[in-house]
Amino acid sequence: MRKLQSAGATFIAMLREIFDESAYRRFLQRTGQAPSRASYRDFLAQQHGGRPRPRCC
Amino acid sequence: MKRWGSTLAWVVISFLCAVAVGTIALHRGESINAMWLVVAALCSYALGYRFYSKFLAAKVLAWDAVRATPAERLDNGRDFVPTNKWVVFGHHFAAIAGPGPLVGPVLAAQFGYLPGTLWILAGAVFGGCVQDFVILFFSVRRDGKSLTEIARDEVGRVGGVVAYLAVISIMIILLGVVALVVVNALKSSPWGTFTIAMTIPIALLMGVYLRVLRPGKVLEGSLLGFVLVLLSIWGGQWVAESPTLARYFTLSAPSLAILIIIYGFAASALPVWLLLAPRDYLSTFVKLGTIAVLALGIIVLRPTLHMPALTRFVDGTGPVLAGKIFPFAFITIACGAVSGFHSLIASGTTPKLISREIETRMVGYGGMAAESFVAIMATIAACVLQPGVYFAISSPAGVVGSSPATAAATISSWGFPVTAASMAALAREVGEQTLFNRTGGAPAFAVGMAHIFAHSLGSRLLMAIWYHFAIMFEALFILSILDAGTRVGRFMFQEALGHVWQPLGRTSWYPSVLFNSALIVGAWGYFLWQGVRDPLGGINSLWPLFGIANQLLATVALCVATTILIKMGKARYSPVTLAPLAWLMAVTFTASWQKIFNPNPRIGFLAHARDLAAAPVRTPETARLMFNDRLDAAVTAILVTLVVLIVLESALEWIRVLSGRKLASVHEAPFVATRFVTEEAS
Repeated sequence: MRKLQSAGATFIAMLREIFDESAYRRFLQRTGQAPSRASYRDFLAQQHGGRPRPRCC
Repeated sequence: MKRWGSTLAWVVISFLCAVAVGTIALHRGESINAMWLVVAALCSYALGYRFYSKFLAAKVLAWDAVRATPAERLDNGRDFVPTNKWVVFGHHFAAIAGPGPLVGPVLAAQFGYLPGTLWILAGAVFGGCVQDFVILFFSVRRDGKSLTEIARDEVGRVGGVVAYLAVISIMIILLGVVALVVVNALKSSPWGTFTIAMTIPIALLMGVYLRVLRPGKVLEGSLLGFVLVLLSIWGGQWVAESPTLARYFTLSAPSLAILIIIYGFAASALPVWLLLAPRDYLSTFVKLGTIAVLALGIIVLRPTLHMPALTRFVDGTGPVLAGKIFPFAFITIACGAVSGFHSLIASGTTPKLISREIETRMVGYGGMAAESFVAIMATIAACVLQPGVYFAISSPAGVVGSSPATAAATISSWGFPVTAASMAALAREVGEQTLFNRTGGAPAFAVGMAHIFAHSLGSRLLMAIWYHFAIMFEALFILSILDAGTRVGRFMFQEALGHVWQPLGRTSWYPSVLFNSALIVGAWGYFLWQGVRDPLGGINSLWPLFGIANQLLATVALCVATTILIKMGKARYSPVTLAPLAWLMAVTFTASWQKIFNPNPRIGFLAHARDLAAAPVRTPETARLMFNDRLDAAVTAILVTLVVLIVLESALEWIRVLSGRKLASVHEAPFVATRFVTEEAS
């Protein structure tokens, strides 16, 4: 049962990483901001300001 | 006791693998079950991972369990973040898995199921997985540097320039070809066009939802977007049935091409948060779910493959793609066996997330094995169709004829019976006006996937929904690549043109954004336009060009890897990268030579141009087709010249190092001990 829970938690963590939710959480920790429209706007500017991640064929 | 159990398990897996591959390879004249392909694939990957990748890790790369990775040393919570290996695996897989492993195997199914399957398995285990693994490992050892930077440091300046040119050329050709796949899937299809058109406002809505309504709730926003996409698929059937609405969404190939070019320009110039990012999230959400459901569907249905092991078209007369099995099967299937593009991901985001060196094996080798399995599923989806149906969908009008009766008669004369009436019934079943001449691979894959879903997960009455779900799945994939690829290409142009005139290099200066966006869209848009106006469907000319470009990038990656191995004093192990490199060179050179000089006008660009020139009547259309043929020949020649340059420069470096004329030194980051081992021990 514990293994199943651990696998579920890892799966959720994987989704959060793929969908940038973890990156946003780290951004909030790093900048000491609370979740808000303004902080998410700053996060997006930082995240997508440079070259986008290539997607493979 | 435990060791004996493990040994016995691997003996059983090896035996199963041998039986499955033997069954696939030796059965002739009777249908086989698709599960043999699944078993052969899973056992091959398991054996490759357990034994070959372990050998690579321990002996060839000599990984170091106590060496800190850049994610640990340079941890900034932004680009460099030590991350759980399964999370990195998922992240890496989501980035490498695109439409390539779905489309290539479907096109190569014209040779039969055997060549594609064997190439996917052998290519992945000994080539693609090795390339992804070693490049990821070397990038981790070099602070997550990109392939271009590693090539410049380890091979030389020419290596760096060739890598840069390879990346930009593959980007342009890739975008043109995948856009053509979408156009061919959506032409004269009001249902499909409506569904895909709706994904644009859905993505915009998601962008606003994520930025304004629920900031940062991406999973939630993606789920909402997915539900809306499903509703648009459901609603598409009414659009297709409504005479008024259907008129607006029934578009010709040139009209669709123009719309996609405008869309590509907008996606490159608009703010990322508004269209590109939400679309990417939505595409990833659909991709991961659908691949899992397709695997489940195949296992539940265990379908029979109707395509023979080998078809008569191994002789080079294939209607889908002209050219013999060697080299064209190996050019057609790039992603799924060996894909140079992966080296960009393996030296991009992924190395910055790896927390332990030993995890590069699972992420690099294992991630590619998972993508290869997607290619096997695509092979199955194409080969469960009756061959006559497959060829009716995938053959261009220029080869089989434009009327249903002529096309059916031509295909039946090849020994693959099909009738115009049965194709009309199938088209009605999937909610399309016609399925003839739908080149590009996507429609054939969608019909196969709909067949698997409808028979395993629901009623046959849902064939039309599943078909349009599959089309949406592929088109969404492709359009998100178009978004990201156009933007990456724009940045690359800005980098290069910034050296010519500094303001053109400023990524946030709007005139520069618009100019460079127009440049990159114009470049891939030209290939797309060329494809839609090609009487042979475009795929016949452009897909091999894409395959050559992709394998060129793999050649660059394997040259870099071999150079580093030799510099590391591991020359005796260099065959692990030299063997796939030699194979890819043989394939790339032969395919390029044939695409340029083959006297058959269906294969050789120049022969086709000569054929057109000899025609008694020359129209402006003929002149344009001749120009395109010569342009394609020139592009192929440039690509093969780049291969020669990188191979020559690498070979000179190998000779210098091996003869002792140059002191071998690699540009690795300095050793720092990891703290994770101490933490684990305590």
